[in-house]
Amino acid sequence: MRVGLFIPCYIDAIYPKVGIATLELLEKLGVEVIVPLDQTCCGQPMGNEGDQKNAAAAEALFCKNFEGFDYIVGPAGSCVKHVRQHFDAIPQTTQVQQIRKNTFELVEFLTDVLQVSEFPWTSFNHSVAIHNSCSAIRGLRIQSRSEWQEPKFNKTEELLHKVSGITVKHLDRPDECCGFGGTFCVTDEAVSVKMGQDKVADYERQEVAYVVSPDMSCLMHQQGIAERDKSPLKFVHIAQVLNNGPY
Amino acid sequence: MSDLHQLLGNIRKHLPKEKIAYPQVPTFTKIKDKAVLKQQFIDALALVGGVCHDLSDIAECQQIMRDKLGGAAVICSATAEWEGNKTIADVAHPRDLDDVDLGIIRAEFGVAEMGMVWLTENSLKINSLGFLSQHLAVLLDPDTITENMHTAYRQIDFNASEYGCFVMGPSATADIGATLVRGAQGPRSLTLFFLKTPVPDQ
Amino acid sequence: MKINVEKNAAAFIHMDDVHQPTHDKNLWNARMKRDRMAASIPEWEQMRDLASQIKEHALTHLDQYVKQFVTAATKRGTVVHFAKTAEDHNRIIYEILKSHNATKIVKSKSMLQEECEMAPYLESRGIELIETDLGERIQQLSGEMPSHIVMPAIHKTTDDVAELFARTIGTDPNNKDPQELTEAMRNNARPKFLEAHAGLTGANFAVAETGAFVVCTNEGNADLTAAIPPLHIASIGIEKILPKTEDLGLFIRLLSRSALGTPATQYTSHFMGPREKGAELHIVLTDNGRSERLGKAEFWYSLKCIRCGACMNTCPVYRRSSGIAYGATYSGPIGIIIDPTFDDKKYSELPFHSSLCGSCTEVCPVHINIAEQITLWRQHMVRIKESKPCLHYAFNVAGKLFGSPKWFRRAEKLGYYGLKLAPDWLVYNKTLNAWGKNRQMPAIQKETFRDWYIKNRVK
Repeated sequence: MRVGLFIPCYIDAIYPKVGIATLELLEKLGVEVIVPLDQTCCGQPMGNEGDQKNAAAAEALFCKNFEGFDYIVGPAGSCVKHVRQHFDAIPQTTQVQQIRKNTFELVEFLTDVLQVSEFPWTSFNHSVAIHNSCSAIRGLRIQSRSEWQEPKFNKTEELLHKVSGITVKHLDRPDECCGFGGTFCVTDEAVSVKMGQDKVADYERQEVAYVVSPDMSCLMHQQGIAERDKSPLKFVHIAQVLNNGPY
Repeated sequence: MSDLHQLLGNIRKHLPKEKIAYPQVPTFTKIKDKAVLKQQFIDALALVGGVCHDLSDIAECQQIMRDKLGGAAVICSATAEWEGNKTIADVAHPRDLDDVDLGIIRAEFGVAEMGMVWLTENSLKINSLGFLSQHLAVLLDPDTITENMHTAYRQIDFNASEYGCFVMGPSATADIGATLVRGAQGPRSLTLFFLKTPVPDQ
Repeated sequence: MKINVEKNAAAFIHMDDVHQPTHDKNLWNARMKRDRMAASIPEWEQMRDLASQIKEHALTHLDQYVKQFVTAATKRGTVVHFAKTAEDHNRIIYEILKSHNATKIVKSKSMLQEECEMAPYLESRGIELIETDLGERIQQLSGEMPSHIVMPAIHKTTDDVAELFARTIGTDPNNKDPQELTEAMRNNARPKFLEAHAGLTGANFAVAETGAFVVCTNEGNADLTAAIPPLHIASIGIEKILPKTEDLGLFIRLLSRSALGTPATQYTSHFMGPREKGAELHIVLTDNGRSERLGKAEFWYSLKCIRCGACMNTCPVYRRSSGIAYGATYSGPIGIIIDPTFDDKKYSELPFHSSLCGSCTEVCPVHINIAEQITLWRQHMVRIKESKPCLHYAFNVAGKLFGSPKWFRRAEKLGYYGLKLAPDWLVYNKTLNAWGKNRQMPAIQKETFRDWYIKNRVK
């Protein structure tokens, strides 16, 4: 199985350890991983804001980079959701459609494609709260939606239960948006920050030490708020927990 | 002047090309047993602030209301079974029911799902009775309870009245501080009596 | 004037420590009650699918159902009027009132009458108009638009209402008991119902088959409005029409459970014709842009809306902003996709006031793709050059940067050294940097993942 590793721009620059953890984890699981070196961004920031024209170049480059892989895997729910569900600033050729279909977020790839049953090389002796991003829940369905009468599940939590030592605690508002929302976090600063503060307060009510998420972009926002408010909360990507670091 | 013709023309000009079919809607009925329906009605009405009593004659109903509303001076009934002290046939204008402390109505049927009763001008005599009265006593034949809104709408004859209302407990609001208050503009309380419809005298 | 919803929302958040948290808590409670209600009905999801389909059927055959409705209503003795625009709507109502010498009117809640700005129109022509829904009355007394479709004054605290009532209807300013404040308004409104020359209502649903329309209230105020004065005028948008009576079963089961988490409204009232001999019933069937919206392939789905407000209750952005911030008749997610159909300049910033979390789409009882439409409205605003200029320029740069790996790598390094060298006063400058105002900046790493990968994996 040849997998193209999709490392979104902000992970490359700000959270390289998340990229390393994802790569090492996939390698441990016996996957042949290739990192196309000309990656930049999937085009989501522009696409979300309605700027199709400026999203097109990023989308075209993404397709050029990721042509010919069995799967494309990215440790970022919102970017993967963009590729799979929006990504329409460029002509929808068979190749583009194929790439979109084969792009997976890490948690769903581990759960649905690799069907991993254990992570014997890692342990995490902490109480944690989970943050699945809105894109990952409502777009990729890695967790059941609270608005629907449907069977309850949470793929992130199911993976974390396979890690020894971990205690998962649940939030009062488990799928409430944290207010990151891409450019929303700066164009709508007051609301975004308030949503983030409320999210951090929910973590603190549950008295967890760590927040674990498959989406580093939300965590970047939440961590910024927690740090400013001198909260001791720590934020890690699920790849780091499953791979046993690097932290 | 705008007219129907022009309106229809504008609609037709913009009507979506793709037509969506009209679906078959089931009645979602599950319950056969009348006693179960009755219990469901009682539970549903309790949830929205109404009270049910299961009694065998009208005198018992009247006693309960006397105990409950000792100070009710003006009692107006739209039923033949329960006589009040304000005769509805003599009321000239709907506003003249403003002084009614207790209004009495026989509901046409009930809906178990909601604890609702169906009232029309046939049961209210004057529609404002159901809304100007400070309190309501409603008589309901338990055999008329239907299961849910789907079965309810299938049994109403909309040609039989100009007005009809599903009443579910007393008037309520939560518009101030999201605090539930019973008795907004309409009745402050609704007491429901299960009482069979009397057989007309021969 | 363009509505600056971000600024208005910030003002609501920063007003004090009470209003926004209370607003958030009350609406979240409504959402939780809605979830419990939905969970208690095994066929809930099937009902949503069917309701969505019936609405889409009715709207794609709207011409025939409008015709059928008008024929049936007319046959019952109802007078049906047709309004193409808001101005028509207001003028028609005024003319009916004038011809009946009706100068004192009571009205129950109608979003359509709000949309048409009917109240100021009538008041400026000497009509005394009283809102009888408690929340709408609170809004009328404070000179504000409704903040929420079904809870018009939900952004106000009990203290606010106590202060307002003390000032306007003479209650004791120290009386802050919701029960007693409600009682005070009941006593204030009662004589107005008795004296009114005419009653105005809206409609939640209209039925083509019978010509009947349905009004849902909890207070019983619509029934009082219709039962006492000899003249009843109802404003109905053309999108409210359902084919059959039995369709109401679905919609009544869904409406209040979605809105407030209650099984139904206390009163579900049906009007088939004039109340009695001598009484009159008029319907003002109103288009006001609806037929045109029906022709917009991407946007006509918003006409399915049954005005339950579930999208507002669930919206994390709305709960922090209040409806007033949107500066429009309709606020929250549904407002974002309806308001620009009336004015895409004035409301151009509304589609950007969303984190695109998508909960609105998931909670909608008639499956309107609200979140998707918000993105489509953003595209529309970019096309007509009504998006934020700063974003436009930023994306012009980013669009080129992300299309070119070489320039992207240079920008990454520039970012690292730039942030590293920049003094804190610049990084956390509150006007220059919206991120840093209330959040620490993330650190751009000297060694990117790509650098690491080349060093450790590329042979």
